[in-house]
Amino acid sequence: MGTTQTRSENKYDDLVTKTGFSPEQIKNLHKRFQQLSENEETISKEHLHSIPALANNPIKKQIIDAFFDKRNQHQDEVGSFQEIGFEQFLMVLSHFRPPTLKMSEEDKARIRKEKLRFLFNMHDTDNDGTITLAEYRKVVEELLSKSGTMGIEAAKAIADAAMLGVASTNVPHMKPDEFYEGITFEHFEQILKGLEMETRMHIRFMDVNTTTMRCGKSTS
Amino acid sequence: MLSRSRPGKGVLEQALLLLVVVVLLQGSVLPLGAVSSPDISHQDRKDEHAVAIHSHNITKKPFPVLSVDYQNIQTPFEIALWVLLASLMKLGFHLIPRLSSIVPESCLLIVVGLLVGGFIRLAGEQVPPVLDSRLFFLCLLPPIILDAGYFLPIRPFMENVGTILMFAVVGTLWNAFFIGGLLYAVCQIQPSELNQLELLHCLLFGSIISAVDPVAVLAVFEEIHINELLHILVFGESLLNDAVTVVLYHLFEEFSGAGEVTVLDGFLGIISFLVVALGGVLVGAIYGILAAFTSRFTSHTRVIEPLFVFLYSYMAYLSSEMFHLSGIMALISCGAVMRPYVEANISHKSHTTIKYFLKMWSSVSETLIFIFLGVATVDGPHAWNWTFVTVTVILCLVARVIGVVGLTFVINKFRIVKLTTKDQFIVAYGGLRGAIAFSLCFLLKKEHFPKRELFLTAIITVIFFTVFVQGMTIKPLVELLAVKKKQEAKRSINEEIHTQFLDHLLTGIEDICGHYGHHHWKDKLNRFNKKYVKKCLIAGERSKEPQLIAFYHKMEMKQAIELVESGGGSKLPSANPSTISMQNIQPKKSAAAKPAERALPQLSKGREEEIRKILRGNLQRTRQRLRSYNRHTLVADPYEDGLNNLLLKKQKVIELEKKIKQMNTYLTVPAAPPDSPTMCRARLASGRDTDFKPAQQQKEDIMCPDPQAYSVKSTSDDLPTIQVDLASPQSPDSVHLLDEFKKGEQKRQKEEEDQGLVMKAPTGVGDSDGSRDQQKLQRCLSDPGPKAEEEEEEDEPFLP
Repeated sequence: MGTTQTRSENKYDDLVTKTGFSPEQIKNLHKRFQQLSENEETISKEHLHSIPALANNPIKKQIIDAFFDKRNQHQDEVGSFQEIGFEQFLMVLSHFRPPTLKMSEEDKARIRKEKLRFLFNMHDTDNDGTITLAEYRKVVEELLSKSGTMGIEAAKAIADAAMLGVASTNVPHMKPDEFYEGITFEHFEQILKGLEMETRMHIRFMDVNTTTMRCGKSTS
Repeated sequence: MLSRSRPGKGVLEQALLLLVVVVLLQGSVLPLGAVSSPDISHQDRKDEHAVAIHSHNITKKPFPVLSVDYQNIQTPFEIALWVLLASLMKLGFHLIPRLSSIVPESCLLIVVGLLVGGFIRLAGEQVPPVLDSRLFFLCLLPPIILDAGYFLPIRPFMENVGTILMFAVVGTLWNAFFIGGLLYAVCQIQPSELNQLELLHCLLFGSIISAVDPVAVLAVFEEIHINELLHILVFGESLLNDAVTVVLYHLFEEFSGAGEVTVLDGFLGIISFLVVALGGVLVGAIYGILAAFTSRFTSHTRVIEPLFVFLYSYMAYLSSEMFHLSGIMALISCGAVMRPYVEANISHKSHTTIKYFLKMWSSVSETLIFIFLGVATVDGPHAWNWTFVTVTVILCLVARVIGVVGLTFVINKFRIVKLTTKDQFIVAYGGLRGAIAFSLCFLLKKEHFPKRELFLTAIITVIFFTVFVQGMTIKPLVELLAVKKKQEAKRSINEEIHTQFLDHLLTGIEDICGHYGHHHWKDKLNRFNKKYVKKCLIAGERSKEPQLIAFYHKMEMKQAIELVESGGGSKLPSANPSTISMQNIQPKKSAAAKPAERALPQLSKGREEEIRKILRGNLQRTRQRLRSYNRHTLVADPYEDGLNNLLLKKQKVIELEKKIKQMNTYLTVPAAPPDSPTMCRARLASGRDTDFKPAQQQKEDIMCPDPQAYSVKSTSDDLPTIQVDLASPQSPDSVHLLDEFKKGEQKRQKEEEDQGLVMKAPTGVGDSDGSRDQQKLQRCLSDPGPKAEEEEEEDEPFLP
């Protein structure tokens, strides 16, 4: 008991520094991980696909792919995993930590960049550094995928309009025969700077043991 | 030339205005004064009448050619006069150049009220009791609250609802007890008549004066344009504290009669608070749903659509007032609940009507309230007591500051975006009192509350202090403290896409983490809304329209309106002058291939009809002038500008069209009944150049050879046909939309010549001409007014 305790604590310490979660949060997430993986060491895409609540989510596939995307592990690798372990699971979830109270401007900018990078990776499926029109169309189509035929046809027009918006904002004066390749990360940041991602893109992680107490929100 | 005459013009205007004001005041003083002596004049009249009859028996009176009968029209005349005075004042303030930027309007209006009251006093007449509580609560207050509630930005409100409730409920309670209690203590110490003031009376006074007033807050905050968060905090607080005020007021009023307050009464008070607040919200929601349901069936009687909105809201207010529930909360919830559904159902014209009527009424109401406040100050029975009044003012300020700071300390533990000291200062400083407090005090009966006049004086002093001192200084303070201002930029389609994306993403992550956070419940509510509620309350196909598409249409619509308003593309509309068009982002294809397909949303026939109405309404044609007018036919507004531009552009287009060689089957077009005969007739009848043809026609033409048919299409990208250019129109592209407008319009024109200007119900038969562009313009255009509206509220999910 003693040795396993210290071992798991050490393991958690490592994760605490890497991901920024508190030990209680990591413990809770570990429980969830084991629930999802049916007590195995790794989870695969099928495990996530089988979560019933996700069935109604129009972008379910993109979300699940994001967990298996190597780019989200902060390690400069590309490609995707077949299965992920708890550490990778946590790394992905760390993108959704809420902002802390005392954050300097640089911290805020850094966190915003990280979160935007996560979103960008979700859209840029072929990892060429730009979101092309086809990829953007796919995004909008997926968003509208639960809306029947009306959705599919409108998706194209909406994606086109959105792309036009990005191009106009970032490269206002293009000659008629020039071609706008796709949305780069800088352009992406530019068009979404009004949304204040650092405060919006987060969920609350449980701080206390869910089996003993129902509510407990993280405050840091 | 204009600049030369402007200085002279300004002075002349001011002089004229001053003259008008003086004349009006004179005119108003006399009739208003006449109010006070109705009995005497009535008596005179009776005598006269008796004399007349008597003399009639004796001699025949000559027939009165011109007679004055003021009594008959007295009340409406005075009301109209007051409203006219208020409006002229408002007008005047904005003509004087620097004044409105230094002094907020509310202050100026109170001063005007004081002046008017003073004039009436000087003229020796008795000042009319204008700020009658019934008038205030039943007529003047509802428009302002409805305006606020209907246009309440739901998303920021819901995101901060916890904070707002804390400030509204706990803050107001704290204020009431602190002020009431300390006042009582001070009065006990004072060796004067104040000693007689009972505790309960003090608490009642405290509860009346502790509530932040929505009218005053709106009036001042609207001019300073602070960021959305602060605005919604203070404003939301002022709205929601009505429930607390109502409960406390009734509680203390009841008990001041009875004398003793027991624990049971306190407990009942808390229950009463819940009933008042939740009951008000429930009543409002019920009426809101009724209104939404009614609007589902109004597609044939568009003219009275706005009336339903107003009536149901007013009924909600009156119903909840009947039960002593919180009328303000009822109005807010009614407006907020009905809005998404009603806006999906009503026509664009009705939407504009509702918006403008609400703004107009609320503006007039607000103006009148402040003027009446000034008049009532001159009139009201006053009992000045230095101690009481100064202590009240000081206590109000102190209580507010302590309350805000204390509550923020607690609230910040639960908020993600913490409230900074600057924010706290603005929230505390923005706690203005206003006419609601005054009216509540006015309602008190003299027998029960011997110190009523003292209360009134103190309240008026506090109101003056907050409105004048705080109102005037808040703007420079905001500048000084560099508080974040309101973001003026409109929401772009990219932001909308990503907001939705983010919502789904966060819900998904929450599901993966296995915990049901508020995204999860929000998503569930949205799905419930989509599945059941929308089907009931929204007419036709729009019930199935996803929110993103609705937003997109709305945006397109706005841009099309801007385009038409700017005179057919002759000048580039505002935001983003860029030279980008679709060709820049479409991947390059070979010249032979057709330009990238643009699949446009399939629109129903009903929408196509609306689009045609837009075209009809917004292009200038001499032949489209009004021929007949009666209340039952809606007539298109002929568009004054741009006729010349249109003709010029038309010439250009004709020339360009002549260069086209090939026809291009363009889009996935629904098979439409062939229009050729009508089109032919139109072309022949109009005798115009028959170069234009809508997309459908071309397709049709392949099948039915029409000698008049002209195949017009573009292969080269820079050719004007149906290209969506959403960034902004440049000259080639701007011609497209014009092109399309003209095409559709031509056809309409022919049909109209047949039928006179009668609006057809959207039948959709044979009405599928018009390009895809037109199909995007989903609502009837109306005259949106001279200024491009910025405060358009966009469609949001049920719980954003």
